[in-house]
Parts: sequence; structure tokens; C-alpha cells
Amino acid sequence: MAGESVKLLGFWCSPYALRVKWALKLKGIEYEYVEEDLVNKSPQLLQYNPAYKKIPVLVHHGKPVVESLVILEYIDDTWKQNPILPEDPYERAVARFWAKFADDKCVPAMMGAFTKQGEEKEKAVKEAQENLKILESGLGEKSFFGGDKIGFVDIAVGWIGVWVRLTEEVAEVNLVDAKTMPLLNAWFERFPELPTIKECIPPWDKLLEHNRNFHKRLTAGST
Amino acid sequence: MAESSEVKLLGTWWSPFAMRSRIALNIKHVNYAFVDENLLSKSELLLKSNSVHKKIPVLIHGDKPVCESLIIVQYIDDVWTSDPSILPSDPYDRATALFWAAYLDEKWFPALKGILFGQGEDAKKALVDQAVEALVLVEEAFGKCSKGKPFFGGDQIGYVDIAFGCFLAMIRVTEKFNDIKLLDQAKTPELVKWAERFCQHPAVNGVMPETEELAEYAEIAIVKMRDANPPKS
Repeated sequence: MAGESVKLLGFWCSPYALRVKWALKLKGIEYEYVEEDLVNKSPQLLQYNPAYKKIPVLVHHGKPVVESLVILEYIDDTWKQNPILPEDPYERAVARFWAKFADDKCVPAMMGAFTKQGEEKEKAVKEAQENLKILESGLGEKSFFGGDKIGFVDIAVGWIGVWVRLTEEVAEVNLVDAKTMPLLNAWFERFPELPTIKECIPPWDKLLEHNRNFHKRLTAGST
Repeated sequence: MAESSEVKLLGTWWSPFAMRSRIALNIKHVNYAFVDENLLSKSELLLKSNSVHKKIPVLIHGDKPVCESLIIVQYIDDVWTSDPSILPSDPYDRATALFWAAYLDEKWFPALKGILFGQGEDAKKALVDQAVEALVLVEEAFGKCSKGKPFFGGDQIGYVDIAFGCFLAMIRVTEKFNDIKLLDQAKTPELVKWAERFCQHPAVNGVMPETEELAEYAEIAIVKMRDANPPKS
């Protein structure tokens, strides 16, 4: 839309910023991207998000919207082309449910598998596997959570597919495979191959290096 | 699902999260059957309708279950489209409402719970400071959202009113048990006034537990929790 002023404050390997990039790309919205330094947060970021001081922040006509799932709903409410949420109220509720489930249950367990060690790590891996299996039930036999096309849950949760592989590689665990979770595994492969989606994902090598370094710092000095 | 299909709400009389759904249904004048669940012996219907979390509230509309309290409120607003709207129609105002409700659940409620059920004076003091600080932000938000009107939603109770107001009885009980003020006349004067208006609203009146009744229930729950989690020496 001519004259639209859309800015996204993000961080190159933030999955939460990635969600927003995907939504903006899907809707064909042009925006200015601002890479934030998360160690030295800009006055702009602190002013736009005083409650959390985090990215992503979407700024539209000078007004900030924060929290990535809220941003997704805002984008869908504002730009009506290529709808992200389904039209049917029940389907919308189901979509919101799975996005919340992934954030509340799958992500912390996956983070645990990455950051923890020993018995705690094993526990986190088991929890992640259990919750990812439940997430798989939300997908079922569909190509995408949104059905034949990607929708809200795919955009909200799709990053987990990439980060699960990073976690598996760096933390040397097994979370999702074709045997234990064939449907989710297939979606993990299918979703990132979509051109609109692939374009926004940072290069695998960069992500791997960044996460390896992060993992090293976390586990350094432990016996 | 047709507006006219049967509506059932699985909840408890004391749950602030169930209260959200009930207030929303009341605002929309929807007839519904309230099932007061015994959480120590969950019904088959609850276990089947929310097989993922096995928690209340669950709204069952016709044969379709909707779970998660804020998702239920959005669902109610999406299905029963008559006035008043629970969420604002302007996308930016909607995003603001969604943000504050999520903030209350993620940042504020854990602190409240910690104060009510927690042990250890130092830990509690830190949580009280955290909770009060958060409420100062919510007071600011009230100013911006209400635009001089009685509720976060404006003239009518809206999404943030419901999301926050459901905690008022629990706040009062927590204040009473710990001899503290969370909603403080000095720091959050507008919220103090708002709280009174909210509790008197017809959609809220019948579903907000009496402080005394909730206090009695909370006492039992606290003892149970302390027995299950004795303080580490």
C-alpha cells in the first residue's frame, strides 16, 4: 500500500522476528527492517516496548505493536489479503490453541533440551518429545496446519522445525524423526521448503555456528 | 456453529479463568449451562473435551470444545456478534488489548499466585514489589485504553476488563492474608475505582465469588499446597 510506514525491529536469528517476517512476506507488505543490538538495546526499542524491552516490534504509522503472536493477529486484522487466521470462529480458536500450546509446552522443553545437562536434559528431551507428539495430533494428515495452504499455526510454529534440527545437532539429542513422528517430521521438511518461507530463514551454517557458540558458553565450566 | 446451538461451560465457582468465560457469555446474553467441576475427580466430559491439558475452563458449543480462557473469550466475541463487542474493532486497539491480557497472564498472575501460595517472607516481598510495579503499568494502560471512559473497553466492559477483573476476588484474598495492598489508592487510584465499577457490573455481579467464601477455600488450598511442598531447610 502506498504511503504505508511499516518498520520491523528484529534480531537476525530470532525465531519470533522470523514469524513476523513470514507474515509480512505472505501479505506482500513492504517494510523497513531494523537489526537491533540485543546487548546494547536502542533507545527506540526501549521506548517502543517498555514492558518487555524485547524484539520483535512492529511499528506501523509510528505506533508500536509488540509480542509476536499479537503482531501476527494485528497484521491479519490490518491487511486483508492472503488471510492467516481462518474465517470460521471455531477454526480460529483451534489455531490459537495450537500456537499457544507450542509456545507454552513445546518451546520451553526444547530450550531445556538445549540448555540443560545430565538428568535434567534427559527429562527435558522426554517432555519435548511428548509435547511435540501432541502438537502432531493438531496437524494430523493435513499438509499444513492451515490445511492445503499455510496459516496461523504454520507461521507461528514453523520455526520450531528448524530449531529442533539445530538443537538435535548441537545438543546431540533426538527429538523428532520419521519413525516416531512421521507427520510432524514431514511437515518440518515441507514447510521450510516453501519459497516465501525459505527466503526469510537465515543460512543454516550461520544459525548452526551461532547456536554452537551459545551452547558452548552455556556448558562451559560444567563438569 | 450456529449461535443457537447449546452452550455448556465447564469450570469452577472459584476459578478466575472460568469467570472470564462466564462474564463474556453474560455480556452477550448467551444462555449456557454451567458445570461446576470437581478438579479432584474430573468428569469424563472434561477429560474428553480438553484431552491435551485436562483443565478448565472449557466452553462446549454444540459438540465443539474450545479451551484456554482468553481464546474462549475471543471465540465468544467471534460467534455472538451482537453489541457490545468485547474486543475493539480498530486493529491497533485490538492489538493493545491482546497485549495487556497476555501480559497479565504471563507476567502478573504468576506473581499473584506466588504471593498467595508461596512461602518465605523475602521471596514474597520480591513478588509483591513485582506485582505492584506491574500494576502501575496496567494503571497507565487503563488511562490509554479507556480514553476517559469507565472501563478498559470504554463505555462497556471489554477484553482487558475481563482478563484483569476476574482476578479481583483473588487479589482481595491475597491482600487480606498477607496484610498488603496490591491495588493501592496511592499508586493505582484509577484501578481502585475501576475495580469497584467492574464488580458492580451486571455481567460480573453473579459470577464473582464473595471474598469470604473464596478466603475459606483458599485457606484449605494453601494448606494442601504447603503439605505437598514443604519449605526446604
